[in-house]
Amino acid sequence: MRGVGLGLHNLSKHFGRVVALRELTLGIRAGELVSFLGPSGCGKTTTLLLIAGIYRPTTGEIHFDDRRMDALHPRDRDVGMVFQSYALYPHLTLYENVAFPLRLKRMGREDLDRRVRQVAEMLGIGQILERHPGQVSGGQQQRAALARALVKEPKVLLLDEPLSNLDAQIRLQARAEIRRLQQGLGVTSVMVTHDQAEALAMSDRVAVFSMGEVQQFAPPEELYYRPANTFVAEFVGYPSMNLIGGEFVDGRFHGDGVEIVAPGCGYAGKGWLGIRPEHVRIGDEVPGRALVVESQGREALLTVEVSASLMFKALLPVEAAPRAGEQVGLGWEDHRLHFFDRSGVRLPGYGGGRS
Amino acid sequence: MPLLPRWWRLVLAALILITLPILVGYVWLVLAALFERVHGLVPAGSLSLKNWRFLWMGAVEERPSIWVALKNSLVFAGSVASLKVIVASMAAYAISRLLFPGRGVLLGLILVLHAFPAISLIIAIYYILRTLGLFDTLLGVIMVKVALELPLGVWLMKGFFDNLSWEMEMAALADGASRWQLFWRVALPMVRPGLLALGTFAFISSWSEFILPFTLIVSGQNWTLAIFLQSFREEAFVDYGMLAAVGLFYTLPILLLFMVGQRFLLNIYGGGLKA
Repeated sequence: MRGVGLGLHNLSKHFGRVVALRELTLGIRAGELVSFLGPSGCGKTTTLLLIAGIYRPTTGEIHFDDRRMDALHPRDRDVGMVFQSYALYPHLTLYENVAFPLRLKRMGREDLDRRVRQVAEMLGIGQILERHPGQVSGGQQQRAALARALVKEPKVLLLDEPLSNLDAQIRLQARAEIRRLQQGLGVTSVMVTHDQAEALAMSDRVAVFSMGEVQQFAPPEELYYRPANTFVAEFVGYPSMNLIGGEFVDGRFHGDGVEIVAPGCGYAGKGWLGIRPEHVRIGDEVPGRALVVESQGREALLTVEVSASLMFKALLPVEAAPRAGEQVGLGWEDHRLHFFDRSGVRLPGYGGGRS
Repeated sequence: MPLLPRWWRLVLAALILITLPILVGYVWLVLAALFERVHGLVPAGSLSLKNWRFLWMGAVEERPSIWVALKNSLVFAGSVASLKVIVASMAAYAISRLLFPGRGVLLGLILVLHAFPAISLIIAIYYILRTLGLFDTLLGVIMVKVALELPLGVWLMKGFFDNLSWEMEMAALADGASRWQLFWRVALPMVRPGLLALGTFAFISSWSEFILPFTLIVSGQNWTLAIFLQSFREEAFVDYGMLAAVGLFYTLPILLLFMVGQRFLLNIYGGGLKA
């Protein structure tokens, strides 16, 4: 099962006057697992359904390697898809559910049986094939849905929030399993999720969506260390990055009652400064008062009042954390700072490096 | 027995009282059919099969043998039920799932048609059937009955299809199904409770249909049981014993079907939601 390279060119989808997806261009390499990450209603599921052929694009093209696919019926595209609700057919046994795509292809009885059993074994549902979807657990339903998507040996595997209906415990296990399976088969995969931990953990690259547009398409580390704009900066990473609006003047940043040295930033004018809570230390850059201290076990999450209108989040080791109400000075290593211009686009300079 | 509040007994008593006249009717029907004579509800004379002689009677003048009428009734009700289920499910699927011009208007019209008293059309229908050469044929009555009952069927089936998840259909498409395969192999099996309910409902309603066959069928060979039963009432000397026996004979199949089908019928009033 070798995957294909997947090309999306200027893909748009309108529903009446609503623009669900705007001019998306994205190249996905053969065998890669790419996640579409974003809040709900941002166009990520729409894109997935466009690739599957369930929606037709308003404009734009979809290519699998060199073949143009956007006018083809789903059955001629060689895609397998797993849905959020699994969408198993309740009137059929798991066996018949998995066999369904092959039956539609009128595959011979013996080949069909061999393929169904093979993929069922691979997913560990070989023993429960005679049961109906209503009679098995959520995790088993999810495996059956995956088996149904994989049984026709698709060139592209599409996963729409495949883990969101699972218990937290099984979810971690399923995450690793899907990734292992996907890499083993080498099938090009696209996963839609709103869970950043899932996206960062499983993907080769992540496309962050907002308002029907891709904000950044990059490997997980790059999203974290070099967010392309304030949306990605705030959306990726938990707790969210501290973002302060203000003005850059002569290598200093003035905003919301604080003044911060912005070394190496040649930009002048209105903009944004960002620093992740986990990169904030005890120091002397910015004085403030600890308002709330939430213990998270190993670390404590502080909400620090820096000025009347500015709260800072800081993640500190429990030993170093002040008590609520105490004065505290905050600091950071310079290379941890992120700078964005007035429209929120990343400014070159700092914030890129791992220490 | 679930424990009911005390005042429920009062409600039950009231309900029984209201139902009593109908119950008495059925009791009379059974008694009159089984005994030689009855005075009111008191049997006079012995148990007798005399009232059931219509079972082995052949055709008498216009009236065919009961077995011909039974066959006609079965053909009539069976055809109406199957046609209605087939047409209604296809129409309902299209209305529920496909976007086409005039969909809203169509939905409105269907509701209006359902509210329309069909019997006021009977003369127009008579002329239409005569023109088509379908007057005095079973096929003609079947088509009229299906047409008149279709709006309700479409409306009911639409409710069932509306409850299907879109993801399920998308999954079938992604699995490689065409629109037709999707309809036959995924959507239809999933609304099976609705199909069964609608079919049972249509069968029962056609079985007791009187006015359409009575008006549109003349030849005895095409009589349904309803006309057969009516013909006994029109005789100079009405043999009430035999009338009761025919009535009982006419009721039995539907009682049987109702016992088998009441699970599905309950479903229809549940709005098609399946737990």
